[in-house]
Amino acid sequence: MIGERRWQHLALGFAFVAGLVWLFPYVWMLLTSFKTPQELVKAPTALPGALRATAYLEVFRALPVGRYLLLTTVMALAIALLQIAIALPAAYALGKLEFRLRGAAFAFLLSALLIPAELRFVPTFTLFSALGLVNTLPALVLPFAVSAFGTFLLRQALLQVPSSLLEAARLDGASELYIVYRLLPPILAPALAAFFLISFVHHWNDYFWPLVMTVDDSVRTLPLGVALLREQGSGVRWHIVMAGNVLLSLPALALFALGQKHLLRGLGRNVG
Amino acid sequence: MLAALCVFFVYPALSALHTSFYDWDLLTPPRFVGFDNYRAIFGSGELLASLGTTLLISAVVVAGSSLLGLALALAVHRPGRLAAAARSAVFSAYVVSWVSVGLLFLWIFDADAGIVNRALGGLGLAPVKWLTSTRVAPFTVALIVIWKVTGYAMVVFLSGLAALPPEVQEAAALDGAGPLSRLRHVTLPLLRPTAAFVGTTSLIASFQLFDVVRLLTQGGPVRSTTVLVYAIYEQLFRDLRVGRASALVVVFFVSLASLTWLKRRLFREEEPA
Repeated sequence: MIGERRWQHLALGFAFVAGLVWLFPYVWMLLTSFKTPQELVKAPTALPGALRATAYLEVFRALPVGRYLLLTTVMALAIALLQIAIALPAAYALGKLEFRLRGAAFAFLLSALLIPAELRFVPTFTLFSALGLVNTLPALVLPFAVSAFGTFLLRQALLQVPSSLLEAARLDGASELYIVYRLLPPILAPALAAFFLISFVHHWNDYFWPLVMTVDDSVRTLPLGVALLREQGSGVRWHIVMAGNVLLSLPALALFALGQKHLLRGLGRNVG
Repeated sequence: MLAALCVFFVYPALSALHTSFYDWDLLTPPRFVGFDNYRAIFGSGELLASLGTTLLISAVVVAGSSLLGLALALAVHRPGRLAAAARSAVFSAYVVSWVSVGLLFLWIFDADAGIVNRALGGLGLAPVKWLTSTRVAPFTVALIVIWKVTGYAMVVFLSGLAALPPEVQEAAALDGAGPLSRLRHVTLPLLRPTAAFVGTTSLIASFQLFDVVRLLTQGGPVRSTTVLVYAIYEQLFRDLRVGRASALVVVFFVSLASLTWLKRRLFREEEPA
């Protein structure tokens, strides 16, 4: 059929154009990071004359990049692992155990999914400042310890696990703790991987909470540092800002490339 | 788990409600002022204007990213390298941080040296004040947000498409329905639940916009991009008005909850009984 063929071409043409629109900003960021201030002033849209690393060296001089990287990674890792450690037993209770208020507890969880983080930040900030925890690593990690989304995701995955498997483990003398932290993780591996990636990347990228909760370099994260590049110094600095931006976006993009399959499955699964 | 949920969700919610009746600057003890904070919010046009800005940007973002996401999903829901590459490219923006996206588009939309205005100049067109005109800036912000979040809508629509039973499509094709009429009468109606899900989640997400505004415009020019969360942030960290910020949080939550409720009602009523 001619209609089918033309439709196919149209779709692929559209996909091609979209691909260009989405890739172009990255290319532009990379190209800008290799330019010199003179090139930026004279012809901001021309290609760089050579592949210079000067802007990158400038970023490393202006910011403690290694420190930021380490701190951001530790923070995001701590959040993701804490969320999984708490979400696993919660999902197990909601998905596999019988107790009186289970229905109510699950409805409560679903409503928590709808409460945006912004509703929480004013009181959480005042609570943490009362506790004297502002500008510390716990202030960056603890508010995110409980993930309603993660609990929901793991519970949905648990529903696919046959209860007879857990029954058999119990007959073999396995404790509930053993079931939750030893038996279930390998079975739930795909869902766990998806949730870990989503959570890690989300918090690695987070700007709002570290901005609110940090005062100085002692616990500042990489996104904050890179955003500062624009405010520091004077004159033409776009090459430096873009170099910092390359350093900031590369890890997230690399992680995405590695875990794309898991990530997409995790996002797709919570539909319907 | 329930206890933890209470600590992290219920306590802040109730605490915000409680604090919204006080005048508090974090330094001196809070003073009970009744509904004064709410009166101030509704009395000054500025704070209500930020609700309007949030609604405008959210409407453009939800409509734009859902339609574009649906179109892209339909285009790339097929085997082949080009479709796979386009899928990855579009979704990658969702993974990159708001800081990256904000800084990148600040440069691309730069009034003088940005490539967009240079390209317009090359075509003999006048430059556009992307981020410095009160009329254009909200739409520039919305456009950038659409670039960032369309990948999410696309992925959700793709999983919706993958879940459709292939027999229905085949049957329609056997009956002689062309691609367009199959799309209109078979695929789109079946995607309705997915569309409702995308709409609700992107509405919630766009109500929470902050990073992109803080990085690109700081709420300006002349507060034309001051969205609600940015206004709350200003009240708290620039003016140290915890009570008024809390009252704004309550207004924020009530408007988001009623919008979500309204949307669900509309969707339910449209469905044939």
